[in-house]
Amino acid sequence: MQTLAPTQRETVLRVVAAHRTRPGALIEILHGLQAELGFIPPAAVPVLAQELNLSRAEVHGVVSFYHYFRHSAPGQQTLRVCQAESCQAMGADGLTEHVKKTLGIGFHETTPDGKFSLEPVYCLGNCACSPAVMRNEDVFGRVTPERFNELLAQWKRGE
Amino acid sequence: MSTIDIYVPRDSGALSLGAEEVAQAISAEAKKRNVDIRVIRNGSRGMYWLEPLVEVATAGGRVGYGPVTVKDVPQLFDAHFHTGGKHALSHGVVEEIPFLKSQQRLTFQRVGVIDPVSVQEYVANGGYQGLRAALAMKQADVVQAVLDSGLRGRGGAAFPTGIKWKTVLDQNTPQKYITCNADEGDSGTFADRMLMEGDPLSLIEGMTIAGLAVGATQGYIYLRCEYPHANQVLKEAIAAAYQARYLGADVMGSGRRFDLEVRLGAGAYICGEETSMLESLEGKRGEVRVRPPLPAIKGLFGQPTIVNNVITFASVPCILAKGAAFYRDYGVGKSRGTLPFQLAGNVKHGGLVERAFGLTLKELLYDYGGGSATGRPIRTVQVGGPLGAFIPASQFEVVAGYEELSAIGALLGHGGIVAFDDTVDMAKMARYAMEFCAIESCGKCTPCRIGSVRGVEVIDRIMAGVDTEHNLKLLEDLCETMLQGSLCGLGGMTPFPVTSALKHFSEDFRGRGARH
Repeated sequence: MQTLAPTQRETVLRVVAAHRTRPGALIEILHGLQAELGFIPPAAVPVLAQELNLSRAEVHGVVSFYHYFRHSAPGQQTLRVCQAESCQAMGADGLTEHVKKTLGIGFHETTPDGKFSLEPVYCLGNCACSPAVMRNEDVFGRVTPERFNELLAQWKRGE
Repeated sequence: MSTIDIYVPRDSGALSLGAEEVAQAISAEAKKRNVDIRVIRNGSRGMYWLEPLVEVATAGGRVGYGPVTVKDVPQLFDAHFHTGGKHALSHGVVEEIPFLKSQQRLTFQRVGVIDPVSVQEYVANGGYQGLRAALAMKQADVVQAVLDSGLRGRGGAAFPTGIKWKTVLDQNTPQKYITCNADEGDSGTFADRMLMEGDPLSLIEGMTIAGLAVGATQGYIYLRCEYPHANQVLKEAIAAAYQARYLGADVMGSGRRFDLEVRLGAGAYICGEETSMLESLEGKRGEVRVRPPLPAIKGLFGQPTIVNNVITFASVPCILAKGAAFYRDYGVGKSRGTLPFQLAGNVKHGGLVERAFGLTLKELLYDYGGGSATGRPIRTVQVGGPLGAFIPASQFEVVAGYEELSAIGALLGHGGIVAFDDTVDMAKMARYAMEFCAIESCGKCTPCRIGSVRGVEVIDRIMAGVDTEHNLKLLEDLCETMLQGSLCGLGGMTPFPVTSALKHFSEDFRGRGARH
């Protein structure tokens, strides 16, 4: 297994220290780690286990259970396209195909230039404005392929 | 001239259509024109076809303009919208818009009206009267009021809230918990999100009342991480409530303690199931627990725990403030009070309709929803999320109540209604139901974990026209196994959309593919 870079180790210990006294802290810690590092490095698992007095299997079990936690670094921006029923009723399938084709990647992949990661998501609670897309933490509603192209151009410009 | 109040929602649905940019453009344009305004960021009124809906406070009420884009802003100022002037986007006084005027907003009375994180505005609009009343009552009387109101769990299971509370009250343990299930993962539902973004203090007040009523001092809101805006608003509101001493060691000067914090989920649909949610709150894999013991007896960290949905808690302040009878007098049969129905998917006027139980699906879909967005006939609706049955147009006269929907083999769930027009392929929807179950299964029960994968494969064969009748029989058998052999609703209810699609739309399954 890869070892944890010293800066990453420092981050892990700092995040653990910030949350360790809270009941049921592991998921909060994982959120904290992913917010800082962008993902949960597999090499962080034994460190977390050691710090929290859990087994590696327990920590790995939690990390791998939740779709949100990543095992590898994401692109600079993460796009999530809603796949749930309401969005399907408004053309999410076609939009998804368009997004994949435009970016040249599938779900759980990152563009070769490292700019965009693409993930499926199952409901953003924006069902009255379907289909919905999320970019990092911003939600976009009524996203037609045309609107996606406009948004993508903005995102590429860094807006 | 005095400062003009202009409301631009910070609701994530409105933001998803550009409300942030509109708010900035309005501020900039006002500055440029030297118009004295104050931009207030409210929640959404739930009329999403009008979002971003900008409201201007005038002597005659709040006048609405929408949907507003950034490029409309200079024209709006030209038309003196800031004094309620006429413009093509004007809808007159917002509360007179028929979609809103005909609603009975009890739980959502302040959503879209006030600044969601202002305790002062919350109190000025009837907030904290319920908690005030509860503090003057005995614990058992508060629980009795909730019981008498007929309130049932709004998350979908519709269990009488008062009974749950009484069970927790009756436990003689020093530590109890109040937990709010805000893992609103069902497609077509957004009432929780709207409430948390539009009037989070009503949820906080409801949870505080619950804590005082059953003797719990700690509350957790388990919020799905797909709702970062709701998280932000909740955190601001909780901080404001602490600041104003509505939370903390001395709630409203009563000497009684209630603490509250938000915990984020991590993208697992199953954590909307209450025992799975408790596991997740404990920092573990969200695997479903065997019941009994019920969470009310042995819940979070093994202690007696109330688990209620956002809307359930947010309905409690009104019940305490106005009395159980006031709430109970709304509704039909055993479905008492009001429900915030959510119109979603292929519907022209999508949004939130809070009405007393008693409306039919047809009234919701056509009188409020205005029919489909695409202008084609609505062929079916799925009510109650991904585990809800598909209901054909021939049954749209059904009353949208718990027992009424149950009688036709469907369920109301959290009140989300997703409309599909006549281009929908029901075999594909049935396949999706199985696929979703496979993705989201916690893995504990074999019929759910493996059955859902087999379900996708069987439907694939049906869609390819391979040995159709045999595979349809197999699919029905499989659904029966999942229904009977799963601990929780994910495996146990995934068969509902599948079998309802088979029952009402068998033409979509038969005669497909090249081979027969």
